Amino acid sequence: MSETQSNATTDLCIEIRNMNKWYGDFHVLKNINLAVTRGEKIVICGPSGSGKSTMIRCINRLEEHQEGDIIVDGTELTNDLKNIDAVRREVGMVFQHFNLFPHLTVLENCTLAPIWVRKVPRAEAEATAMEFLERVKIPEQANKYPGQLSGGQQQRVAIARSLCMRPNIMLFDEPTSALDPEMIKEVLDTMVSLAEEGITMLCVTHEMGFAKKVADRVIFMDEGEIIESNTPHEFFDNPQHDRTKLFLSQILGH
Amino acid sequence: MSSPTSSTNPLLRAWYDKETRSVIVQIIAAALIISFFAYIINNAVVNLSNIGKDINFSFLWDNASYDINQHLIEYSSTSSHFTAMIVGLINTLLVAVAGIVLATILGFLLGVMRLSNNWLTQKIAYVYIEYIRNVPVLLHILLLHGLIVSSLPRPKGSYNFGDTFFLNNRGFQMPSPDFQSLFLIVGAFIVGGITFAWWFSRHAQKVQDETGKAYPVAIINIAAIVLLPLAVYFVLGSPIEWDVPALKGFNFKGGMVVRPEFIALWLALSFYTAAFIGEIVRSGIVAIDHGQTEAAQALGISNSRVLKLVVIPQALRVIIPPLTSQYLNLAKNSSLALAIGYMDIVATIGGISLNQTGREMECMLIVMAIYLAISLIISSGMNWYNNRMQLVER
Amino acid sequence: MTMTKQTYAPGTHPSLPPPKNTIGVTFWLKENLFSSATNSIVTLVSIYLLYLALPSAINWLFIDATYVGTNRKDCAPDGACLAFIGERFNLFVYGFYPAELRWRVNLATILLAVAGAAVLWDKIPARKHMLKFALAYPFIGAWLLSGGLGLEPVGTHLFGGLMLTLTIGVTGIVGSLPLGILLALGRQSDLPIIKYFCIGFIEFIRGVPLITLLFVASTMLSYFLPPGTTFDLLMRVLIMVTLFASAYMAEVIRGGLQALPKGQLEAAESLGLNYGQAVRFIILPQALKISIPGIVNTFIGLYKDSTLVIVIGLLDPLGIGRASVADSDWLGLSTEVYLFVAVFFFISCFGMARYSLYLENKLNTGHKR
Repeated sequence: MSETQSNATTDLCIEIRNMNKWYGDFHVLKNINLAVTRGEKIVICGPSGSGKSTMIRCINRLEEHQEGDIIVDGTELTNDLKNIDAVRREVGMVFQHFNLFPHLTVLENCTLAPIWVRKVPRAEAEATAMEFLERVKIPEQANKYPGQLSGGQQQRVAIARSLCMRPNIMLFDEPTSALDPEMIKEVLDTMVSLAEEGITMLCVTHEMGFAKKVADRVIFMDEGEIIESNTPHEFFDNPQHDRTKLFLSQILGH
Repeated sequence: MSSPTSSTNPLLRAWYDKETRSVIVQIIAAALIISFFAYIINNAVVNLSNIGKDINFSFLWDNASYDINQHLIEYSSTSSHFTAMIVGLINTLLVAVAGIVLATILGFLLGVMRLSNNWLTQKIAYVYIEYIRNVPVLLHILLLHGLIVSSLPRPKGSYNFGDTFFLNNRGFQMPSPDFQSLFLIVGAFIVGGITFAWWFSRHAQKVQDETGKAYPVAIINIAAIVLLPLAVYFVLGSPIEWDVPALKGFNFKGGMVVRPEFIALWLALSFYTAAFIGEIVRSGIVAIDHGQTEAAQALGISNSRVLKLVVIPQALRVIIPPLTSQYLNLAKNSSLALAIGYMDIVATIGGISLNQTGREMECMLIVMAIYLAISLIISSGMNWYNNRMQLVER
Repeated sequence: MTMTKQTYAPGTHPSLPPPKNTIGVTFWLKENLFSSATNSIVTLVSIYLLYLALPSAINWLFIDATYVGTNRKDCAPDGACLAFIGERFNLFVYGFYPAELRWRVNLATILLAVAGAAVLWDKIPARKHMLKFALAYPFIGAWLLSGGLGLEPVGTHLFGGLMLTLTIGVTGIVGSLPLGILLALGRQSDLPIIKYFCIGFIEFIRGVPLITLLFVASTMLSYFLPPGTTFDLLMRVLIMVTLFASAYMAEVIRGGLQALPKGQLEAAESLGLNYGQAVRFIILPQALKISIPGIVNTFIGLYKDSTLVIVIGLLDPLGIGRASVADSDWLGLSTEVYLFVAVFFFISCFGMARYSLYLENKLNTGHKR
C-alpha cells in the first residue's frame, strides 16, 4: 500500500478490524473495530478492567492480539519484527508510571532512542531534546536525574522523551492517574497544547474535563467491548447505552 | 509511511518473523551445546583409552578391602564397593537429617533470641551469629572436632551418666534396644494414637466451626500419641531389652556408640547452619508489617494467638524459601566429613574406593548423582510446602 | 507523688525533660534486663554462663599466652602459644612465593584495591578511566603474579596463603560475572532450549558440593581436554571455581533483573529500541547496580569457600597452618593455628560484610525519591 495524497478526512492512520484478544481463557478484548483518522484526538474511558489499556498497548505491540487486524500507518501488525520496529518508531507512548530511566539524566533519557534507533548525530539529538524540553516547560532540568524531579515534572519529561522520536501518533495510558492532585493540571496543560498542534492522540484517562476540551471523539469501553463512541458533546449530554449512563453517573457524581 | 519490506527475500522474511526466528536461534543453540558436549566426551574417551581405562561400573561388585568405622548395616572389609557406597550414603543421610533437625530448632531459638527485648540475650545471639557466619565452615568442623577429641577422657575415665550412658573419646556409649515381640502391641498403640490425633484435629476443627467450642487439641493429641502407649508399655512389663554398655578392659562392650566424628560433624553443621537460620527467622518476622500485629490486637486477640494466627503464618511464607537453601547447604556441607574422618558418601565411594580402583569418572558421577538426588528431594519437598502457603492474589 | 500542675497559655508550652524515673541507667537496666520475672531469670542465667566460659578463655588466649619465640619449647604450658604467628607470618601471607619477588604480590594487591575502589566507589575521580583500568586489572594482576613477558615466571604451585585465597576469590568473581549475566538472561528467555539449558546448568552446579567439583578439577578435568594438553592445578581449580561461582552469580543477577520494574523494558521497546539495545542501555546497568550487594556477598562466600582447596593439596592459610603444625618446631598446636586462621577470616569477612551492608543501604536510599 503506497502513500497517497494526505486527505485529512479519509486518511486513516490506525485501523483495527474485528480484533479479539485472550489472556489464556479470558476473553479480554471482544471484536474491537476502530478507525482513527490522522490528526484525530480520541479519549477512551471505562471502568477498571474494561480492556482500555490493553487495547492501546496492542497498537504498539506491547501486547499481541490473537484475531483480527491492526494496521498502523499502512503497516499491518503481525509477528514480523521489521513491521513491529517500524510501527514503534512512529508511535509514542506515555505510561501511567512514567517509566523514565533512572540511571540516565533527563537529557540522556530523551536522546537515547533518537541516537540508537534513528541514528541521529548526538548534537542534533540533544538540540531536539532541548527543544521538546522547552515545549514541556522544563528545560532547566535537563541535567538532573529523574529521581530528583516531582511526579508532574517526570511525566512531562516522559512526554518530551516520546516526542523526540517525532512520532505520528501518541498513545497515553492513564498519564495522570499516578500523580498527586496538584500536579495533574501541569501535565494536562501540556497534553492540551500538544493536541492543538495536530498530532494524532489516543488517550486513556478519567479526566473528563480534558475530554470535553480537546477530544474529537470519546469512546466508552466495558468488559472488553467498545460500547459507545461519540463526539464529547453527544457523549456527555446524550449517552445512549445504560452502561454508559451508569459509568458517567459514577464518575461525574462527586 | 509504511514499510512491508521483507516481502521479497524469503530467508529475510523468516528471520524477521518472531516465531521463526526463535526456532532458528534455538536450533543453533542446541547444535552448539550438543557439539560441545560431544567434543569433550570424545576427548575423555580418547584420553582414557590412551591410559588403558574405560568406563564401566563393574568394580562396584569387587571387594572393598577396607573397614568403615561407622556402619549402620552389616559391613566388613570383604563386602563390595557397592555396599561401602550404601554405608556411606546412610551415614550422609544420617548426619544430614540429624543436622537439619537440630539446626532448625537452634535456629528458630536464635531468631527469637535476636528479637527478644532482653538486651543480654539479644547481644549474645548477635555475637554468636556474627562469629559463625564470618568463619568458614571447614574451620568450624576442624575446631569442634579438635575440641571434642582433645577434651574427652579415655574410656577408663569416661563421664558417667547413671551407669547407662558414657561419654569418652571413643564416642557416646548408650544402651541399644532389643525389641521383644510384645512391643508390637505398643507399636500398634502408637500408630493408633497418630491416626486418632489426625482424625481428632479435623473433628475438633469441625466442632469449632459449627458450635464455637474449642477442644484442647494439642494436649489430647500428645496424650494419645505419647502418654497412652507409654502406659501400655509399662503395663506389658517394659517389652524392650536394653543392652547396656559396660567397661571391659580398655573399652566398652555392648550397647551402641555414637562416634565422636559423627558428633563433631553433626554439632558443627548444626551450629553453623543455625546461625543462618536464625537470621532468616528474624528477618521473616520483622518483614511482617507491624500494622498486622496492631490490627489483631485492636480486635482484642491475645498476644500468643496473634503470633500463632497472624504473624507466624505470614512469616513462614517469607522464611520457607531461604530455609530450603540452608537445608541444601547443610546437606552439601556434610561432604566435608572427610576432613575429620567421618565416612560419608564422599569419603567412601568418592575417597577410598576411588583411590583403590582408580575409577575417578565413575565414582565422581555416582557421588554427584547422589547429591543431586538429595538436593532434588529437599527442594521439591519445600516447594510443595511453599505452594500450599502462598497468598492468593488478584 | 505530687505533680506541679503549671498551666501555660496555648502556644507557649516549653519542651520539658521526661520524669526522672523513666530515664537513666537504672531505668535502662530495668527495661532491658529485668523487665519481668522470666527476663530476670534469663539475664541471671546468661551472666552465669558467660562467667563460666569467658574468664578462662581470656586467660588462656591473652594473659598466659606466649607471643614471641622460635619453637614450641619457648612457650609457657598454660597459655596459647602464639609465637608461631610471628615466625610463620610470611608463609601465611605469601605462601611459598620467592621472597625477592614478593614486591610483585604487594603491587598486585595495591592495584586490586584501586580496581575495587573504581568499581564500588561512585565518586572516584576520572571514573571512566578508572573503570577501564578495572577491566584490564585481571590481566595485569595475572601477569604480575605468574610472570612471563618480561617478568620472571613463578610456578603456580608456589602460590599459597592469603595470596592464594585472594587469587581464587577475585578470579572467581571476575570470571563468573560475564558468565553469570549470560546465564541470568538465558534463564529469563522465552526460548525453551536456552532457558532449560541455563536452568539445568545452574541447578546442577548448585546441587553438588563444591568439594566434588574440586575433585573433578584435580583428577578428571584433564580428561576432557584435547589429548596432550595440560593445565596446572591452579588453573584447573580456577576454571571450576569460576563455573561454580557463575551459577550463584546468575541467581544474584536474576534477582536484580526481577527487581527492575517491568515498565523499564516496555518504555525501551515503545521507543523503538530492540532487545539487545534495551538490555545494554537500560536493563543491565540498572540490574547490576541493584545486584552489587549480592555480588559482594557472593565474593565473601567464595573467599570463605576457598579454604576447601586444602582437600586437593593447595595451601591456603588453613593449609599452611596445618602444614606448620606438622612441622617438628610447632608440633601439636592445632588449636592455636585453627583459632588464628579463624580470627583472620572473622576480621576480614566481618569487615567485608559490614561494607556490603553499607553499600546496600546506600543503594536503597538512592532509589527512593
